[in-house]
Amino acid sequence: MQVTLPERRVITASRRNSDKIFLSTVTAGALSAFVILSLIAGFLFFRSTEVFQTFGLKFITSSKWDAGSVEDGRAAQFGVAAMLVGSIIVATLAMVLALPFVMGTALFLEYYVNRRIRFILVSILDLMAAIPSIIYGLWGYLVLMPYASDWAASINKYLGWIPIFKVDRANFDASPFVASLVLCLMILPIASSVAREVYSRAPQDQITAAYALGASRWGALRAVVLPFGLSGLVGGMLLGLGRALGETIAVLLTLNLVFEIKFQVLASAGGNVASLIASRFGEAGALELKALMAAGLVLFVLTLIVNFGASFVVARASRGN
Amino acid sequence: MNNTITSTVQPQRPWVNRRTSLKETLPAIVISAILSFGAVNVTGLAGPLGSYLAFILIFLVVSFLIGLRHDKVKATDKAMTTLVFAGFFTAFIPWISILFTVFKRGASAIYWGYFTHDMSVTSADDELNLGGLSHAIVGSGIILLVASAIAIPFGIITAVYITEIKGKLSGLVRVMVQSMSGVPSIVAGLFVYTLLVIGRGFSAVSGAVALSILMLPTVARTAEEVLRLVPDDLRTSAYALGATQTATTFRIVLPAARAGLITASMLGMARVAGETAPLIMTAFYSANFSTDFSGHPLASLPMYIYQNFTTGTDLALTRAWGGAAVLLGLIFILFTTARLAGGRAKR
Repeated sequence: MQVTLPERRVITASRRNSDKIFLSTVTAGALSAFVILSLIAGFLFFRSTEVFQTFGLKFITSSKWDAGSVEDGRAAQFGVAAMLVGSIIVATLAMVLALPFVMGTALFLEYYVNRRIRFILVSILDLMAAIPSIIYGLWGYLVLMPYASDWAASINKYLGWIPIFKVDRANFDASPFVASLVLCLMILPIASSVAREVYSRAPQDQITAAYALGASRWGALRAVVLPFGLSGLVGGMLLGLGRALGETIAVLLTLNLVFEIKFQVLASAGGNVASLIASRFGEAGALELKALMAAGLVLFVLTLIVNFGASFVVARASRGN
Repeated sequence: MNNTITSTVQPQRPWVNRRTSLKETLPAIVISAILSFGAVNVTGLAGPLGSYLAFILIFLVVSFLIGLRHDKVKATDKAMTTLVFAGFFTAFIPWISILFTVFKRGASAIYWGYFTHDMSVTSADDELNLGGLSHAIVGSGIILLVASAIAIPFGIITAVYITEIKGKLSGLVRVMVQSMSGVPSIVAGLFVYTLLVIGRGFSAVSGAVALSILMLPTVARTAEEVLRLVPDDLRTSAYALGATQTATTFRIVLPAARAGLITASMLGMARVAGETAPLIMTAFYSANFSTDFSGHPLASLPMYIYQNFTTGTDLALTRAWGGAAVLLGLIFILFTTARLAGGRAKR
């Protein structure tokens, strides 16, 4: 009797057509972030080449911002030095002010409360991170400013001999100090949640060992957790710095923009690239608009560098070395 | 899942509070409260904040001294505990103040008509029983919906690429998403302005595109975390039954992560609902109620607040607080919904 064997099934490892389409579509979609970032850089660069050609390096080093006027025959001149320095001062000051609170919050949530309370507090902290910057700005200007001006006046009275606390005129409103207080609040949730994340990975056995050797809670934290979490703390702060550098509205509402490089943080004069763009945008002519694009490009590159640095440090910290 | 092992060994957590420490903390609080009350009367510290500061400083000293009854190690520990608590609670004071001010001062602007009228026949300076922000609510809604329609699909596709396809570019894509989350909102606004607004005028669509740029990284990162939570068993079972990768992703993985993906979308919306800076350059503001989303400026809640703030009179500022209260309410609703959806996913 003849048995007809079924034909041998061909098994291939190649993908079906549907999978090929799926693969290419998803890959293309996933590259959208890359495409958008390059488009932003490309467009801003393209629009601002004229400004860089006209003013050259003076755009970065000069602090004069003048749209010029046809009647007076005054030539337009644009430079972001004062704004750039101002941005860095405000953001750095915000970091310094935030540091003790970031450490306090991170350690408190991880090592001083139990799991249930921590869950509630972390949820509240996340909620605070969602408060929009316009509300921070509104509150900073109308509620915080009277207090902050008083504090600034006292700091000036007792520590005025330190150059950065000096003021020329006794006006403490809308100073870099006020703006950085607001920024400090805004970056606290993100910075402390990164720091907490890294603190929570501190080696359990070493903590237990510290206790076994008779350390107190603070002893164990200082000997094990803080050194271990240092890079996480730095990464979290850098991430906050990136946010603070790019913040627009809250700073616009609480800082008096002055086109002059100043290091007096309590005086009512400061600079900020992002706020400059928002404040000049409405009434800008063609050339000034291009200058604002150039300022945007400078800001974009600056925040990109800071963020790359931050994610590098955080990634290393999470790997635990 | 009920088949978990019930007798796992719990790691020791020696830093957990002991009840005995309460016996020493309570007297310290009472002593410092009395002393700080005196200090406020004697020194220049005034008001609730001054009392708070005095209390913290005195409590620091008192707890150190109480700790010294044991030894120096204990004393330092107590002082540092005070500092850590102070660091945490001081950070909360401004937030309480923000919530309190927004809802207290916002309440005086809010009446029934506030949600049904617009500002087309009312100026920012008119009495508070006239006008409202219906135009801003509807405008914000339209802009948010269009932005979500762009950002959510791309965000989820990005997450699918990283977790399901695990292609060669996964690392690059993650770095790009990370960098994108750091793009300042004003830069996104400038970009969309050069791309869509020059020559065409302000429109809600351009505003939505600007917001979607800011929204995409949040959605992508949250969605990635959520998709990672889908057990690999589900994927391998699907493959074993002969499903293609397409079918596995669409029929198994994404439905399994549905609640989490809703969370991701809501968080993305909450992230951008209050963005003001990009809207100044894209959707701008109009006082009229409108649902037209291309070719004309469209109001939104943040721009409503901003406009009233720049007007600057008492009545306008009260309107700004009213807008802030509504905006904050909206964001909290989005956020809570996100959390609830996420919570159900875990169970």
